[in-house]
Amino acid sequence: METLFSVLVGILFAGSIYLLLSRKLVRILLGIAILGNAVNLLIFTAGRLTRDVPPIIPLQSYLPVEATANPLPQALVLTAIVISFSFLAFFLVLGYRAYQELGTDDLLDMRVAEPKEHSEPPLGY
Amino acid sequence: MPLFGVEATFWALLGPFVAAALSPFLAKTLKHNAAWLLAVIPALAFLQFLSFVPGIAEGQTFKASLEWVPTFNVNFSIYLDGLSVLFALLISGIGTLITLYAGGYLKGHENLGQFLSYLFLFMGAMLGVVVADNVITLFIYWELTSITSFLLIGFDHLRRASRRSAVQALVVTGGGGLALMAGLILAGYQGGSFELSELLNSGDVLRESPYYTAIFILVVLGAFTKSAQFPFHFWLPNAMEAPTPVSAYLHSATMVKAGVYLLMRMHPVLGDTELWMTVLPIFGGITLLVGTILGIRQTDLKLVLAYTTVASLGLLVMLTGTSDPVAIQGAVIYLFAHSLFKGSLFMVVGTVDHESGTRDLNRVGGLFSLMPITGTAAVLSALSMAGLPPLVGFVAKEVLYDGTWHAVNGGLWTGFAVLGNAMMFALAATVAIKPFFGAKVKTPKVAHEGTVLLVAGSITLAVLGLAAGAFIASVGHQLLSPMTSAILGTPFDEELHLFPTYLSPALYLSLATVALGIIIFMYMDKLRVIVADALRTIGWGPDKGFDQVLEVIIRFATTLTQTVQTGSMVTYMRATFTVIALVLFVPMILTGNWPKLQGIGSFYAYEWFIAAIAVIGVYAVLTARYRVTAIVLLGIQGFAVALIYLLFGAPDLAFTQFMVETLSVVILALVMTRLNLKPTDARSSRGKAFDISLSVLCGAGISMLLMSIIQLPFDPTLSEFFTQYSRTIAHGRNIVNVILVDFRGFDTIGEISVVMVTGLAVLALIRVRPKSNGNSNSEKNR
Repeated sequence: METLFSVLVGILFAGSIYLLLSRKLVRILLGIAILGNAVNLLIFTAGRLTRDVPPIIPLQSYLPVEATANPLPQALVLTAIVISFSFLAFFLVLGYRAYQELGTDDLLDMRVAEPKEHSEPPLGY
Repeated sequence: MPLFGVEATFWALLGPFVAAALSPFLAKTLKHNAAWLLAVIPALAFLQFLSFVPGIAEGQTFKASLEWVPTFNVNFSIYLDGLSVLFALLISGIGTLITLYAGGYLKGHENLGQFLSYLFLFMGAMLGVVVADNVITLFIYWELTSITSFLLIGFDHLRRASRRSAVQALVVTGGGGLALMAGLILAGYQGGSFELSELLNSGDVLRESPYYTAIFILVVLGAFTKSAQFPFHFWLPNAMEAPTPVSAYLHSATMVKAGVYLLMRMHPVLGDTELWMTVLPIFGGITLLVGTILGIRQTDLKLVLAYTTVASLGLLVMLTGTSDPVAIQGAVIYLFAHSLFKGSLFMVVGTVDHESGTRDLNRVGGLFSLMPITGTAAVLSALSMAGLPPLVGFVAKEVLYDGTWHAVNGGLWTGFAVLGNAMMFALAATVAIKPFFGAKVKTPKVAHEGTVLLVAGSITLAVLGLAAGAFIASVGHQLLSPMTSAILGTPFDEELHLFPTYLSPALYLSLATVALGIIIFMYMDKLRVIVADALRTIGWGPDKGFDQVLEVIIRFATTLTQTVQTGSMVTYMRATFTVIALVLFVPMILTGNWPKLQGIGSFYAYEWFIAAIAVIGVYAVLTARYRVTAIVLLGIQGFAVALIYLLFGAPDLAFTQFMVETLSVVILALVMTRLNLKPTDARSSRGKAFDISLSVLCGAGISMLLMSIIQLPFDPTLSEFFTQYSRTIAHGRNIVNVILVDFRGFDTIGEISVVMVTGLAVLALIRVRPKSNGNSNSEKNR
């Protein structure tokens, strides 16, 4: 059953990586959004899949009565969703401000830290 | 710790560092008079080391140890024998006088406190080097002397020459220190102990070890760089850029002698082999001749002294290298004499410079009547340097000639020694006679005698040199012979006489030296021109070589950085994902552990449908022509993933995913529609092909990785633990929530913090803006 989802995870990864390799800020942002989903689904699938039954204990009982879905990856993914959303939000604002300051959305033109013209190394004392 | 006895030595070691901390404050309130108060600390250390002298003269040694890093056999341990005690006495004793001298020399200087602080730091490091027992302790102190001497040499850091000299000294001596560390650790492993006191007994083990040559080269490299042996001699004269108190201290008794100390310390372990007795005397001898010849060339009195220091160090290395007991006794006496006379002469030159405004030997003359005390100190010290009776330098020369004469290959070493000493004689005469006698020359300042602080040091050391000569028998018994015994590893105690008791070859050699020296002195001016011409013809020296090596390294580093860091983000991303693809596939290819192909398994139609929607969503984003479309389409795969969560027993995840996905799309749409972005993807078709292959490869790799993981047996231990205890001890029925807020509560705190910090960062990014808001061109190009 998990094999199908393995392939799906691979497709999500491939799509997001293709977007990340782009030069344009917007496409990279989209790539990051998909990457988050791909990773979360990977964790979720690696914990094995169980249909329908959420890991919730019935009122009268101290243990689940039937086999439930694995709770651990769910807890991890829940954290990861929130974190990847924060990351996306931060990156979004960073990209927005970078565009405002530098006047470009092309990564090849964002060369403030590593300018194109190489300066002479400091040879004196 | 007790205030008396062996353990009190730890206080003596700590003292200079305390003084270093106090110096800036005292110098602020007391000005130059702070030197008087601060000099008490090295003086007390001197007394502490003096208390060991009677015991050591009887052949005792002292040890004390504090645990430092016991798991790695690193102790803070000290070992006091004849060698370390004499060195410690010289360092603390001369250190006391230098402290006073520095007070006088830098009187009124705004950074006097800082200077004294550096000086004390150096003193503390140097004392540590000579008393350290553990080799790691020794190494740390050794590098500390390199660093503090960097600070001292570069004290006048506003001048370029000063900065260059400081860097040069640090690179040469610090680099040698690294070699030394390797050598010491290797020796420690081979000898079975990291304590020098124990290592000294395993000389035979080390000499027969297959690593002997490696240990020898590494240790000698450390010693040669520190003690400015040819071809590393260039940093020492350059270090004369430092204020004179530094030169007087570092280049008479301390820093540069550390290398000699190391060789002497390691002599019982590494000495007395063919390698030792060839390499050391040859390099020492060359250094002796090179130092004196280059010294003749100089007209700056301080540089003359610097080059004779190089020469003296060469002589000491040569003598230590002969492994002959008498020659080593000669080295010990010479080292003692040299510390006294060279310290004194540096201070004399500094005083002349300070009071007359110049130290160029062509611009000073006839100062004796104006500066009688300094002049006396100069004459006495120069006599010792020239090796004339009745000073201790004379005894040193007699004994060392006696030693080289009888040593293996003695003829050659004696030749080196006579030639070097003759030139040293001439240079000593120059330093003493030129400034103080002959016709008076008009100096930039009207010269007069220096203050008490300035003259106290030089005259004290000069008189000590005279006294040591007069009482050479007891000085020899108490101080010098124990040191020789420590270097040899076997007891040695021959009575020393000021005047030779019989007509030995040494006496004839001495006479020859003096005669040759007088001739050289007579033709000094002509020789200076000849040497200068010769050097100009050669036109290259290690000093220039240092700059060239440094330039090559810097240029190489720049080229490498510019090649690796192209500045193109696309290249970086491609490199990253290429590495990821390799990491995914190479292990599978190498081990052949591919995931087994299994059937997809049974699925309901709607499950197929949802998976298909996710794929279509991704494809739609990839091929979208306009950014708004792409952003909206982004929601498709997000909601598909949410549905998957919902179907497979994760309602919490599904709801969160719905929320987040909706928010993401809304925010993206809000922000991105404000930007005037070109919607097209500006990749070339070849670039696109590469990127598609790369991303497909990565995706396939991750797919296969995940399949391999799933085909492994599942370990439910953790999940079962959480399921079992969720209600019973954490009293929650929703197991996922219990994990988040209870079992892994700290993770959730971390998560909340991340969200909070992100929020703050977003706020800062939006609110904080440069003053002129990107309107002017200069602002944009910044």
